[in-house]
Amino acid sequence: MTTVSSAGHTRRDFLYIATGAVGAVGAAAALVPLITQMNPDASTIAAGAPVEIDLAPVANGQIIKVFWRSKPIFIFHRSKKDIEEAQDVSVSTLPDPQPDSERVKPGHDQWLVLIGICTHLGCIPIAHQGEYGGWFCPCHGSQYDTAGRIRKGPAPRNLEVPPYTFVSDTKIRIG
Amino acid sequence: MSGPSIYQPQSKVLQWLEKRLPIGGLIHSSFIAYPTPRNLNYWWTFGGILSFMLGVQIITGIVLTMHYTPQVDLAFKSVETIMRDVNYGWLLRYVHANGAAMFFLAVYIHMFRGIYYGSYKEPREVLWILGVIIYLLMMSTGFMGYVLVWGQMSFWAATVITNLFSAIPGIGEPIVSWLWGGYAVGNPTLNRFFSLHYLLPFVIAGVVVLHVWALHVTGQNNPTGVEPKSDKDTLPFTPYATVKDAFFMACYCIVFAWFVFYIPNFLGHADNYIPANPAVTPTHIVPEWYYLPFYAILRAIPDKLLGVLALGGSIVILAFLPWLDTSPVRSARYRPLFRQFFWLFVIVCVGLGWLGSKPPEGIYVILARIFTVYYFAFFIIILPLLGIFEKTKPLPNSISESVLGAKA
Repeated sequence: MTTVSSAGHTRRDFLYIATGAVGAVGAAAALVPLITQMNPDASTIAAGAPVEIDLAPVANGQIIKVFWRSKPIFIFHRSKKDIEEAQDVSVSTLPDPQPDSERVKPGHDQWLVLIGICTHLGCIPIAHQGEYGGWFCPCHGSQYDTAGRIRKGPAPRNLEVPPYTFVSDTKIRIG
Repeated sequence: MSGPSIYQPQSKVLQWLEKRLPIGGLIHSSFIAYPTPRNLNYWWTFGGILSFMLGVQIITGIVLTMHYTPQVDLAFKSVETIMRDVNYGWLLRYVHANGAAMFFLAVYIHMFRGIYYGSYKEPREVLWILGVIIYLLMMSTGFMGYVLVWGQMSFWAATVITNLFSAIPGIGEPIVSWLWGGYAVGNPTLNRFFSLHYLLPFVIAGVVVLHVWALHVTGQNNPTGVEPKSDKDTLPFTPYATVKDAFFMACYCIVFAWFVFYIPNFLGHADNYIPANPAVTPTHIVPEWYYLPFYAILRAIPDKLLGVLALGGSIVILAFLPWLDTSPVRSARYRPLFRQFFWLFVIVCVGLGWLGSKPPEGIYVILARIFTVYYFAFFIIILPLLGIFEKTKPLPNSISESVLGAKA
């Protein structure tokens, strides 16, 4: 042991700190791939490309279910009554206030497109059930109206509207 | 603590080994000469039963893995193959599935025993906290194992439980997607759950070693809660505790066998014999019975984030029990008021379990709220105050005096 120095800072102190610092950076760098590998992989992301849906066969009042990014998408061909019910509600009384016009595309009031996943804990709500004519979630009793807005129950938010555009009057592209 | 006898192997081979690796002495001092309080009752046999159940789950699990396929299109089918084609597959799977239930039943009895006799109190806090960690690991392992079957209940349990993390503000959604490895529960989720379900039991076994180690440092608590003071208060682990543990383990196995052979699906759900369908949620989803009290707490609270916090808090609060209970007296035998609150707590826990299986409407919600309030009040109001206001009964001078009377 020849490195003892009266100055207080020794070569060993330097080696401790340098080795420790390199080790900490190395450990942090090793965590990146170990953690990131659990995120959606390239094939999953690729399979999440936009899908086109033909709306022509969906009858008035009917709700169909399609899949995009492994999520169920509800497409609701709303009747006049459904639209009126959704528009007549006083927006400020809603748990997650949003007017019906923000839930649909302008000029396409009859088409409601939603991600069919309850915002509470991810169950799929059942169509045409509940007190508000929209959806009822069987898991914990959340109820959504004809604009997919949460009206009652533990869900914190309205059913999400996925990104979509009208390609033509009877065709949409989701994603 | 020093045992009444010291390990002195007769055989030359064992003497040779002992000089190089003193494992014989460790086993002898831990499981043969180890002094146990002479007044332990049958509630103290559940530690052994739990070790046995962990062994059963690991052995049957390893064997089931030889026949199971963790892939979304094949998982359910491979489980059915185990049930119909694999030699004794039906037995192995029923033992594994009901074994999980018997494991949880034993752990609940073990935990209630710990609370009743104040086993978490100084100097056994670390022992207790290790137990809470084992319980958390058991819950994760049990949940992920249930998902592997890939029936309807499996799939939707995976969806609901992973979605609990979506309640975290800001980073909730990315965390959930990271857990899934996709945009929904799918093949990557099944694969990682399989990997972790195989790993965690061995982590549990590791923490069990720490738990037993901590137990052997402090010694066991006993029904009086009075520490052993002399050799008259203790008996060697073998044969006394060994036989008592083994006898009651056999009794427990009779119940276990009754479930396996006569009502193997009693605790399960018929919906889980329907293959997972990401398009349809079953109309009535409930978790396995051993999670029901926590599920009831989650549903009792009408706000998503607060509900999830209450669910997590109801488990985490157990770790703080050694400091929430302020009474210096351990055993409920000498705590008349605590005893009443304790039994009410047991009723509330079982009641929450029952409510968790009911639909979340009407009177069930109201009851669940009342019970949830009591559950938390027991820990954060009743226990701290009881230590101050309760008039406890006089403690016996020693364990032997409580067993044999003052004449001893």
